[in-house]
Amino acid sequence: MPMGRMGPVPCDEILAALSEYLDGELDEQLCAEIERHMAACGNCRIMVDTLRKTILLYRTYGHEELPEGARERLYAILPLKRAA
Amino acid sequence: MPEHSESELVAALKAGDPHAFTELVERHSGTVYNLALRLLNNPQEAEEVLQETFLSAFRALDRFEGRSKLSTWLYRIAYNTALMRLRKHSVPLTSIDEPLATDEGQALPRQLVDWSTLPDEILLGSELRNVLAEGVAALPETLRSVFVLRDIEGLSTAETAAILDLTETNVKVRLHRARLALREHLTAYFTSAGAVGRRGGEDAHGEDGSRAV
Repeated sequence: MPMGRMGPVPCDEILAALSEYLDGELDEQLCAEIERHMAACGNCRIMVDTLRKTILLYRTYGHEELPEGARERLYAILPLKRAA
Repeated sequence: MPEHSESELVAALKAGDPHAFTELVERHSGTVYNLALRLLNNPQEAEEVLQETFLSAFRALDRFEGRSKLSTWLYRIAYNTALMRLRKHSVPLTSIDEPLATDEGQALPRQLVDWSTLPDEILLGSELRNVLAEGVAALPETLRSVFVLRDIEGLSTAETAAILDLTETNVKVRLHRARLALREHLTAYFTSAGAVGRRGGEDAHGEDGSRAV
């Protein structure tokens, strides 16, 4: 997002910066610009809330455990000397 | 079994300590499996990739020089193993080298519906895991691997870039595109499931088709 511009930041620039915003990678000034924008723009607020929730759902429920027995089948094919 | 530091683990692995290899499997099999599962979208093949990865690692340990983290080295093996299988499939793939559209002027979706405030009993319904999996499966491969490593497996931008041979900037661009696509996927699901309506929060005023821009 270009800095030092005059006037409000357009929604597409907010959209482009949202991942870095949510990952805490933007500097304070850019965060403040985004937050100012969102205070006035309901759609961008929805965008950031649903994007944040998307990430959270995947972080919490996206990882699949190994299938039952997969670990044992893996150890069985590895030429390991069995540890006592 | 005490956990080794990385350098201790590498030394123990090279010395042929079976406990060390068990530790390697316990630490990293989850990420290897999930990367393969999301790339191939097939649990059986993902398990085969898991086995091939650790077998390859076992055989190549002597050549591991410690220039990267052990996990990065292992996940690169896994990624390449899965990618080779993927390329054997008849489905045409998007090339990893395909330039990304860098134009950030992606159209904002026409309808913005706020499903983020839905109660957990709706958000976390029994279909959720399938819906999440379908969303990742629908991503182009170039976005999928980045998303799995960063957002599902929690790896850093730097490690993801090293595993996939991308720049960190490219990882960030692809991650953002993946997240936006998955947000769309979940929006479509929660909307079509009838979950979002008047309950979608006081800001859910985008249903008149108005654009956000």
